[in-house]
Amino acid sequence: MGKLKIADKIFSSRLFTGTGKFGSSAMMEKALLASGSELVTVALKRVDINNDNDDILKHLSHSQFNLLPNTSGVRNAKEAVFAAQMAREALETNWLKLEIHPDPKYLLPDPIETLKAAEELVKLGFVVLPYCNADAVLCKRLEESGCAAVMPLGSPIGSNNGLQTKAMLEIIIEQSNIPVVVDAGIGAPSHAAEAMEMGADAVLVNTAIAVANDPVQMGIAFKLAVEAGRMAYEAKLGGRKKIAEASSPLTAFLD
Amino acid sequence: MNFEKHFNKFSWEEVKESIYSKTSSDVEIALRKKGKRTLEDFKALISPAASDYLEEMAQLSHNITQKRFGKTLQMYIPLYLSNECQNICTYCGFSFDNKIARRTLTNEEILKEVAEIKKLGFDHVLLVTGEANKTVGVEYLKNAIKLIRPYFSNISIEVQPLEQNEYAELITLGLYSVLVYQETYHRENYSLHHTKGKKSNFSYRIETPERLGNAGVHKIGVGILIGLEDWRTDSFFTAMHLDYLEKKFWQTKYSISFPRLRPAEGVELPKNFMSDKELAQLICAYRIFDEEVELSLSTRESPSFRDNIIKLGITSVSAGSKTNPGGYAVAPESLEQFEINDDRSPMEIASMIRTKGYEAVWKDWDRTYQIEKENTL
Repeated sequence: MGKLKIADKIFSSRLFTGTGKFGSSAMMEKALLASGSELVTVALKRVDINNDNDDILKHLSHSQFNLLPNTSGVRNAKEAVFAAQMAREALETNWLKLEIHPDPKYLLPDPIETLKAAEELVKLGFVVLPYCNADAVLCKRLEESGCAAVMPLGSPIGSNNGLQTKAMLEIIIEQSNIPVVVDAGIGAPSHAAEAMEMGADAVLVNTAIAVANDPVQMGIAFKLAVEAGRMAYEAKLGGRKKIAEASSPLTAFLD
Repeated sequence: MNFEKHFNKFSWEEVKESIYSKTSSDVEIALRKKGKRTLEDFKALISPAASDYLEEMAQLSHNITQKRFGKTLQMYIPLYLSNECQNICTYCGFSFDNKIARRTLTNEEILKEVAEIKKLGFDHVLLVTGEANKTVGVEYLKNAIKLIRPYFSNISIEVQPLEQNEYAELITLGLYSVLVYQETYHRENYSLHHTKGKKSNFSYRIETPERLGNAGVHKIGVGILIGLEDWRTDSFFTAMHLDYLEKKFWQTKYSISFPRLRPAEGVELPKNFMSDKELAQLICAYRIFDEEVELSLSTRESPSFRDNIIKLGITSVSAGSKTNPGGYAVAPESLEQFEINDDRSPMEIASMIRTKGYEAVWKDWDRTYQIEKENTL
């Protein structure tokens, strides 16, 4: 299975994970370790950057994990840029998951503010992974602005509704010159496998693992699903047809 | 359009009649529905007919809450700054006509209280006052927020209603959310419960969330005081108010509290009693109606009720609360606004939460999000 490169980092695991919603930090640690995830996103608002003994960070201090701070909670580009600078200083990484969702109901990303912030943050030297809607034009614009990857949504965050945006994700994957990470809405390992079979470079999963009855088992289930989906993609899936068909009905007369 | 205009389209009696005539089939439609429930569905869920569906409602509420908020509960603590009040409210221990010792904390006293609260582990604080505009007006609040800002990630207030520009000013100083409870949406009886003082102005109070939305506050808390009037009808109006606000101020978060009247010095007991079972029904109904609204539970409720209700839709809880100014360090013996029902320590509450498989979250905001920023863009 091919490795994934984003900016200067190489990942063996194509399962990215989130750290919210777990019943305890200890459970989060176990589940994420079991999932094999090498990139975990942490909300700046949840960590106490002045506390060396912060409960979340303490449980993430494993060489397996690279931290991906996110700006969840900000409402516009200006706030995002400021939060990003705080995160870089506090967590000592210039990687950033850019999240600007001013709508607290469906947490849908603001495309205009996201693009503005991405342009600014790239200039400031960040490795920017923007969370965005499954909008193919926006993804190209984000790519042109210098983002290291794009993270279009499968369906609204936390909805577990799977790849509702599938048709658009296919276009994004086809057109993108940077890695495409399907983020949000992946509620079951089968959704993750589906995204990987389509050619997504990685997926990001949080709620489905954190809220499972057994987060450790669910972490492993996602690990296997992502691997299976990627292998299938690399092995080239056969095309699908709705009905059985004669092999060449229009050209058989030429044989 | 402002809210009062919208509100005036409803008649209390008609709404009440409509809630009480909901049937089990209305309840089933509301429960089995895919997608967003309407206000009519909410009426069915709080109706007497829904009491037979409590277990089903609880399971649904639990699942929706866990998907949205995870296995977490936000911790907060009230900090009472003053019990001075010019209002006469029949249910409140701070009522103007109540002969109690009045106290408004000085800077030094506030910092002493803060030090004690920080020892308990809190990072989200709720500042509470009565309504005494001369001594505890906007200037006092500005000063208090500036003073405590360095110690907390998240600051809320529950104080007298203010003007939009006053809220805007407090927001720039680091205010995150404002709780302002209508107490009751029954216009006529509102004046029986609030006989004197600025609070007796029903219209000014009911428009307060609108002013907050316009001021751009991050979160608005609404609710009623359960026990004043028919709780089902009042709760419908709360949900209707929430629905109105969510559509108009779509960038704002919302929270609901459901305080039940508690005994306090010089206060009559409620004429509209609400049972534990009914409160559980209401909490589940709010959650099923609105998947993302925060539902907050205070120490007014008993330990056994709190321990069991937190899995049914609650997202934030207070612990170790004192409802008298100076209650944590300065003057622990002074008179409370209402009697606390759950006096366990915050550590005990956190450990109870852990045994339920949940994590007590102390910090879920960062003051850097609200620092006045230079124009970088």
